[in-house]
Amino acid sequence: MALLNRGCRERLFLPPVKNNHMIKVIESSGIAKSFGSTMALDDISFFVNESEIFGFIGPDGAGKTTLFRIITTLLLPDKGNMKVLGMDATSDYKQLRKNIGYMPGRFSLYQDLSVEENLNFYATVFGTTVEENYELIANIYSHIEPFKKRLAGKLSGGMKQKLALSCALIHKPRLLVLDEPTTGVDAVSRSEFWDMLSKLRQYNISIIVSTPYMDEAIRCDRVALIQNGKILSIDTPQKIRAGFSRKLFTVKSVEKYKLIKTLRKNPEVLTSYPFGDSIHVTLFNDSSDNSLFEYLVREGINDAVIQETEAGIEDRFLELMEKGVTA
Amino acid sequence: MRTILYLIRKEFIQIFRNKFISKAIFAVPIVQMLILVPAVTFELKNIKIAIIDKDKTPESRGLINKLGGSTFFKLSFSPFSEDQANDLLHRNKCSVILQIPSGFGKDIGNGKQGKLLAAIDAVNASSAEISWAYLNGVIGDYNTDLVKQNITTSPLISSPRIEITNRYWYNELLNYKYYMLPGILVILVTAIGFLLAGLNMVREKEIGTIEQINVTPVKKYHFIIAKMVPFLLIGLTDLALGLVIGKIAFNIPFEGSIFLMFLGSTIFLIAVLGMALFISTFSGTQQQYMFVAFFCMIIFILMSGIFTPYESMPMWAQDFNLINPVAYLMRINRMVILKGSTIHDISKELYSLIVIAIGFTTLAVRRYRKTA
Repeated sequence: MALLNRGCRERLFLPPVKNNHMIKVIESSGIAKSFGSTMALDDISFFVNESEIFGFIGPDGAGKTTLFRIITTLLLPDKGNMKVLGMDATSDYKQLRKNIGYMPGRFSLYQDLSVEENLNFYATVFGTTVEENYELIANIYSHIEPFKKRLAGKLSGGMKQKLALSCALIHKPRLLVLDEPTTGVDAVSRSEFWDMLSKLRQYNISIIVSTPYMDEAIRCDRVALIQNGKILSIDTPQKIRAGFSRKLFTVKSVEKYKLIKTLRKNPEVLTSYPFGDSIHVTLFNDSSDNSLFEYLVREGINDAVIQETEAGIEDRFLELMEKGVTA
Repeated sequence: MRTILYLIRKEFIQIFRNKFISKAIFAVPIVQMLILVPAVTFELKNIKIAIIDKDKTPESRGLINKLGGSTFFKLSFSPFSEDQANDLLHRNKCSVILQIPSGFGKDIGNGKQGKLLAAIDAVNASSAEISWAYLNGVIGDYNTDLVKQNITTSPLISSPRIEITNRYWYNELLNYKYYMLPGILVILVTAIGFLLAGLNMVREKEIGTIEQINVTPVKKYHFIIAKMVPFLLIGLTDLALGLVIGKIAFNIPFEGSIFLMFLGSTIFLIAVLGMALFISTFSGTQQQYMFVAFFCMIIFILMSGIFTPYESMPMWAQDFNLINPVAYLMRINRMVILKGSTIHDISKELYSLIVIAIGFTTLAVRRYRKTA
């Protein structure tokens, strides 16, 4: 009966789309949560499609962990409606917990149990066995299998993360919730980790992931930029980048500190943010980059190199923050 | 069921992987039994007494010899003046002063009443009372001797007397160790139940592992039971160890059924573990837990009647003891070990413990939240 209903609904209300991308694994509407006088989440609405990797990008304290705790039924929202896998996160939490794999930001496996013991433990707790779903984790677990007798607390950061992911996957969840999985992990392991996530797609597992690293956004299908408990924008990484409204210039000089101070004095300059070894600059008038060079020479910076560049997600994020635009 | 067994297995792996705890679990009962049982005693021996003998007659010397000859008293000083004696008492050099006024021997010789004056240091009220009782006893003995002498010298004078013969039951020799040992066993089991399980639970909160457990379909009661069972078994093991030490080191008489004692301790441990886990649901850190649990434990133990008789406590304290599991086990252990009480004799205590156990375990399960 339920199946029939869903079929009808799809036929009646939704335009005919060729694949199953219209099934939504998360539908959040108007979620709000405050701790005392701090508004942690304010009117959060979004949806996540099946088999999608959905990223939440935002600085520390943006509300990502709070949101993930609501999605994983660990926290009750003050307001709003959170539907996960078609179930209500508040009332159907028992059923929901069987189908979610959660990897908290802090390493939360038993440090005094071995790799193998941790994996067996979580398999048993979910009423399954490691053998049953080994295929799913084989690709990830094979990296740490040589160390299976080692205590989890004695693993390196990258290995801990792989173990945590294995444990979150061992019961074949339909939704994987990863809270800052790559924080504190080296660049190579981070890249490896994202490769693994991409491979999980073939098992029809939807993934939501949060990260403070802007460069990881590009690995997601869609991202939400979140700040101060509000979603600033939701789109594919490409479209978010394309949303950047001005010309962007990189300015380089040996004297970086003097350069940024000088740039910020110029009324022509709208924004100037340090980016690695250069400074990303936008101007009130997009065509005045020549006059900017002259200005810098006048101010005593002779070696400045100004180039137009393509905006990254971070540039767009900073622009959104600056404008205070909400999605 | 498989989940519970696996959770319990996990707890045991963790406990025995912790090098310190796994050793302490067995070291604590040994140390506690060997140190506390002989150390905690109310028996008074060698009470230091100062005697001011202003009489200096054969009668007064007889009394002094009698006192010095008993094992209770040790004649430490023989000051000449009251001031001197008071000074000794003040400086803690003696705890009893006995004054024999001049004319004591003469009065007795004349068949009159002999008068004595005793001053006792009562900083510790109970030892003062015991000293007084001992002093009374020795002087009473001496009195009887005098009467007997009088009877032999003048058989015509006789006075009617009541003679009492007593016998101490259940602990004939008033061996204090026999009284304390069952109590120390209770303290041992209480410490295991109160501290280990609660701390273990709060630790999971502190290091965040509980977060990962909470998103699993593990049921609340699964988790609570898995936290109780390992410490229940450890508590009973320690109890057995304590009993063996009691038998070997102190040769304690065991009158009742060992099974009954373990039954009582099992129910007691469930009650205490329930309380501990209940407290742990309020605590976010091990420090918070420790503070509250220690406070509760001290109150429960001191009010349990381990040192002071339960019946002599004020009414409100006795009412409080209705929810004090330690008080029940204290009675059960002493009754079973020393008196050989049967299950009927301790049924009231057992039922009360069952109610406390069910009550607090239920509270712990209900208070434990998987969602904030």
